[in-house]
Amino acid sequence: MTALSAADWQAIGLTLRLALLTTLILLIVATPLAWWLSHTPPQQSRHHWLRSAVQALVALPLVLPPTVLGFYLLLLLGPQGVIGSTLQSLGFQHLAFSFSGILIASVLYSLPFAVQPLQQAFQQLGRQPVEVAASLGAGPVDRFITVIFPLCRGGFIVAATLSFAHTLGEFGVILMLGGSIPGQTKVLSILIYDHAEAMNYQAAQQLSLLLLLFSFVVLFLVYGLQRQLNRSDR
Amino acid sequence: MNLALRANWQQGDFRLNIDAILPINGITALFGRSGCGKSSLLKLIAGLTKVPDARVYFQQQCWQERRHFVPLAQRRIGLMFQQPGLLPHLSVQQNLLYGFQRAAPAQRRLQPELVQDLLDLHPLFKQAVSTLSGGQQQRLALGRALLASPQLLLLDEPFAALDNQSKAEILPFIRELVQHTGIPMLFVSHDTREVEKLADQLVLMADGQLEQQFSMQQALAQPDSPLFVDADAASVFFGVSGSADAFGRVPVYSNVATTDCQLWLGHCNFATGTELRLRILAKDVSLALTPISDISIQNQLPATIQAILPHRGNLLVHLTLADGQLLLSEITPYAAAQLRLTVGMQLTTLIKALALS
Repeated sequence: MTALSAADWQAIGLTLRLALLTTLILLIVATPLAWWLSHTPPQQSRHHWLRSAVQALVALPLVLPPTVLGFYLLLLLGPQGVIGSTLQSLGFQHLAFSFSGILIASVLYSLPFAVQPLQQAFQQLGRQPVEVAASLGAGPVDRFITVIFPLCRGGFIVAATLSFAHTLGEFGVILMLGGSIPGQTKVLSILIYDHAEAMNYQAAQQLSLLLLLFSFVVLFLVYGLQRQLNRSDR
Repeated sequence: MNLALRANWQQGDFRLNIDAILPINGITALFGRSGCGKSSLLKLIAGLTKVPDARVYFQQQCWQERRHFVPLAQRRIGLMFQQPGLLPHLSVQQNLLYGFQRAAPAQRRLQPELVQDLLDLHPLFKQAVSTLSGGQQQRLALGRALLASPQLLLLDEPFAALDNQSKAEILPFIRELVQHTGIPMLFVSHDTREVEKLADQLVLMADGQLEQQFSMQQALAQPDSPLFVDADAASVFFGVSGSADAFGRVPVYSNVATTDCQLWLGHCNFATGTELRLRILAKDVSLALTPISDISIQNQLPATIQAILPHRGNLLVHLTLADGQLLLSEITPYAAAQLRLTVGMQLTTLIKALALS
């Protein structure tokens, strides 16, 4: 095995930064969304269809080819798109082929991996502990910190890990929206593709193995930890 | 104290339709069959569901009207459900103090030491929450609710999941606590025994509507009392326990203090001076025209017949004791004819000491 090149290290750094930021944003976005989805007051049936629609939207990245998501984001965020052109008229850059662009794409692409474990954890929690805490004078933030988070920590750990690991493995969306700009959008998966395209199999092999081992270790630790948590709850 | 409620709310087949002012001094039982809307009403009061266009006032405080809606966390209501709802990741002590720590110091009405003593919680502190028995969990939940210094206690069938032993463990605490703290309590129940043991007044509910409000004595005096629909007819004797005699019998003196109105209980462990409610099944009360000396029944009280009403093929005789308390006796039409019972008649009621609880 030869040493990793500077370009390899740059891609690794970029990938980790993307995955960490995506995970962070996802936890902030997915928590209220999952709460809303899991706690349908049964009497509010007028929201019934809205909830189903949101649930379907959240799950879309699971079934769509990543290229489709990337394609629409390119249209939307690019110089001709609604968001891209608005940003330009305000004096900003459009978001295609930029780190911000692929960050937005990653958040959307990994959304189901954050929402679903949280939704499940919240459903399992039920309404009662939260209602009891409210009756004892705990406000919304207090309830989240002292009741919801500690009782659903397993769900949060799984959501964070899956978001992180899934972002590491992202390829199609980034290729469509981000292209392959070193330091901006050239993440590990893209670099491996470039190496392979250039018949540079040894470099591709090195990075692939690295990604494989890293992903396995992360998932292994999470599932092990989850088992541990489940056991201590009983 | 009172609650002013108005709601007209359709959910599927069920309609909650209420416009009433409920007086809620002491312990109020919300009584009715399952599915009549008791729990929905409780949720309306607590603000657990945002019932559209409803109006909820507690005393002068507006909890809900038009756009104004006070969230549960600011209503200062103590809630207890069938499941105790203890927080499993906290210790017994942390659970107990969860509400106390969040109450403004100026609003704290009870100190943890007092509640711990009243509910006998000290022995639980070394245990994990998950190892407590059902009755212990409910006791802890009750203590936790009280320490948040609520203005109102709402209990939704809090004893339904408990076995008789645990129930007997917690019921006496409840009356004592309400008397001690003065916090009004509204509890939902469909258990007649529970209601008769605890409630000062009764609110009846059926089909999403409030039917009637009674004091306990009024409710028992109703010939077709809804309390007797699913359970045997019974009356309640309000009294205070005296000290046991040489045989271990405990006398119970009438609350209304008349010397010749006193019942004997079999062996039991009440401290002298405990306020008691004796539930007396109408079936356990026999009638005699004169006092009988050579008989094992020790409780022989003079009474006057107020009314004789048909009750499930038998007769329910309404009697007043010397102190004015109501006593019910269920007898066969044959016995009534033999004794030639008529309204206004004076006679002797016979109650076995062991029939009292």
